[in-house]
Amino acid sequence: MATKFTAKPDELSKIDYKPPKKGWLDTPAEFKEHTFCWGAKAKNLNIVEFPNARDWSPAEEDWKLPENWQEIVLEGIKDRLGKYRSFKLFMDICVRCGACADKCHFFIGGGDPKNMPVLRAELLRSIYRKYFTASGKMLGKIAGARELTLDVLKEIWYYYYQCTECRRCSVFCPYGIDQAEITMVGRELMNLLGLNTDWISAPVANCYMKGNHLGLEPHTIINSMEFFLDDIETITGIKIKPTFNRKGAEILFVTPSGDLFADPGTYTAMGYLMLFHELGLDYTWSTYASEGGNFGLFTSNEMAKRLNAKIYAEAKRLGVKWIIGGECGHMWRVVNQYMDTWNGPADFLEEPVSPITGTIFENAKSTKMVHIAEFTADLIKNGKLKLDPGRNNHLKVTWHDSCNTARGMGILDEPRYVLRNVCNHFHEMPEDTIREKTFCCGSGTGLNASENMDLRMRGGFPRANAVKYVRNNYGVNMLANICAIDRATLKASMEYWVPDVSVCGLHELVGNALVMTGEKERTQDLRLEPLPEKEAKE
Amino acid sequence: MRLNSLLTDKKASILEKWFDVIIETYPPDTASFLKNRNNSFANPTGSTISQGIEDIFDELLRGLNREKTSQFLDDIVRIRAVQDFTPSQALSFIFPLKRIIREELAAEIAGKHLSDEILALESEIDGLALSSFDIYMKCREKIYDIKANEVKRSTFRLLQMANLINDTNGEEPDLEGSNNLKIKRGEVKK
Repeated sequence: MATKFTAKPDELSKIDYKPPKKGWLDTPAEFKEHTFCWGAKAKNLNIVEFPNARDWSPAEEDWKLPENWQEIVLEGIKDRLGKYRSFKLFMDICVRCGACADKCHFFIGGGDPKNMPVLRAELLRSIYRKYFTASGKMLGKIAGARELTLDVLKEIWYYYYQCTECRRCSVFCPYGIDQAEITMVGRELMNLLGLNTDWISAPVANCYMKGNHLGLEPHTIINSMEFFLDDIETITGIKIKPTFNRKGAEILFVTPSGDLFADPGTYTAMGYLMLFHELGLDYTWSTYASEGGNFGLFTSNEMAKRLNAKIYAEAKRLGVKWIIGGECGHMWRVVNQYMDTWNGPADFLEEPVSPITGTIFENAKSTKMVHIAEFTADLIKNGKLKLDPGRNNHLKVTWHDSCNTARGMGILDEPRYVLRNVCNHFHEMPEDTIREKTFCCGSGTGLNASENMDLRMRGGFPRANAVKYVRNNYGVNMLANICAIDRATLKASMEYWVPDVSVCGLHELVGNALVMTGEKERTQDLRLEPLPEKEAKE
Repeated sequence: MRLNSLLTDKKASILEKWFDVIIETYPPDTASFLKNRNNSFANPTGSTISQGIEDIFDELLRGLNREKTSQFLDDIVRIRAVQDFTPSQALSFIFPLKRIIREELAAEIAGKHLSDEILALESEIDGLALSSFDIYMKCREKIYDIKANEVKRSTFRLLQMANLINDTNGEEPDLEGSNNLKIKRGEVKK
């Protein structure tokens, strides 16, 4: 089924430059290599009791669907139309004005018209019309309705795993239609048929069983942290001793497990450790609530709720007062938009108050979870940190607003405020590519696998194009952000599009600039690379 | 160099036609979007192609500077190498330039005995196509490098923890002791 790039010699001489002019309803999805992720494995779906678990491959003709798959999908749509008013509204109100059409990074970078958000939504709307509206039932194709055939099902699957739920399109929609929520429902429907991806379902199973996406067990997490602590000692001369699973700590700290294992997230984790040590914060890490991310969000509402609940269960078990959350993307979409409905209010915790500045974080009154960028910005604003931004002088930094924190919860100025205090060279990318209009990294919502690398590069192109601009004009060499998926995937995107730009988290830069009590004179940054002025002195 | 001055005169219309032909390799709905080149950040593909072919054309007029031309070609090829094209489709954007120039200068070519100059120019264009092939391959190889690097990054720490990597270059990994893992994380990045 998947197309391979193999043209025969006689075909090579007959290149038809123009693509066929057929309507989208009549153009079935062609599964191209390097654009889709591998199918979910039965064992991972079974762990969380997802239905229709089996090993399957999107590249095969036979998806081994249950016999009544149509019935399952249509029942699923009916159920969700009843449950979610937003979904019903989004199925009905689009007037196809086209404002969203050219706002999706996959469409802009890839050029496939079915990646226009309006068209992506129409893939599902056409089914909704056919089976749930009078006009669609009577008029069929004229009313934009169509049968739910196997080709249509595959088409929905293909394109709903080409949406990162970044919500850029919704910023431009005059009706505020949120394509992310349509994609979520589309993926839930696929999930009913066991049609998830391996890259998503394996982390979900791991998180459910072990507490984090990577499946790291407690001793592994602690062992991993030892490496950071050794490096911090090498750099600062200070031996930090964080605590794990400590009952009675004031604060629980939760961050994505990617920060513990994948560079450059690991340098960000070192930044957290150094900051909390310097503050003398009464906090603890947990080896059970060891994942800020929530890949459950990319499977179903219920699964996301189950994974989110683990963080709060651990907070209760440890008896902490409140929670600080690290630099993660979709973790914050979950906390800010869904947690309170699912598992809130977290009444057993206290309203977060910074023990250092006394600031009350009223925005976290119900979830009791404070974003570390807000926490650190508050520290700086109150003059509680001694900073030497010159230690980041070798870096010319630009800021990537992560979709989830920027559009999902409005964290726009806090990280910029921190950045301006911890480094001397900060240059914004062009206006239409930042803040609420920020471009996605191109690999969110569990699309950060390797097998779909072409898709990721297409999706990452608009962001990379803006980075290239500040690289060319201001010599920018560092792309900072507050999302673990960004840190992992922008690295790949930069490697392809703008090879001389590196990627870092905000607290890596904080860690570099932070002047710690009793530290030795620093000669290295958190990557153990020589600080530029020290190099010059030698 | 009579041909050069003719090409300079016709530059705008040649580029316009060349751009249109390239854009028509995309689906019609996409093509209408790509043609709007007002904002290079909203439409990086269209803008990059538009700028790229102008730069390439200017180089052709000046006499090709290989390094510069290669960069201009790279800007376009890098995009098409990850889009929905076969390799031949991805690089098909070079060849129509020959046809467009012949069409644009049909009368002049017939009347002014320019066949030698045209032949030389078309050979240069063929050369561009060959360079593009090199660039295309580099792009695809880069994609595989990136995939491999991602796997390395994700497994490095696991190997490190299993004590299968240490910093004694050329020596056997120390499988006995577990506390002598003083290595720098950057060491296996590349």
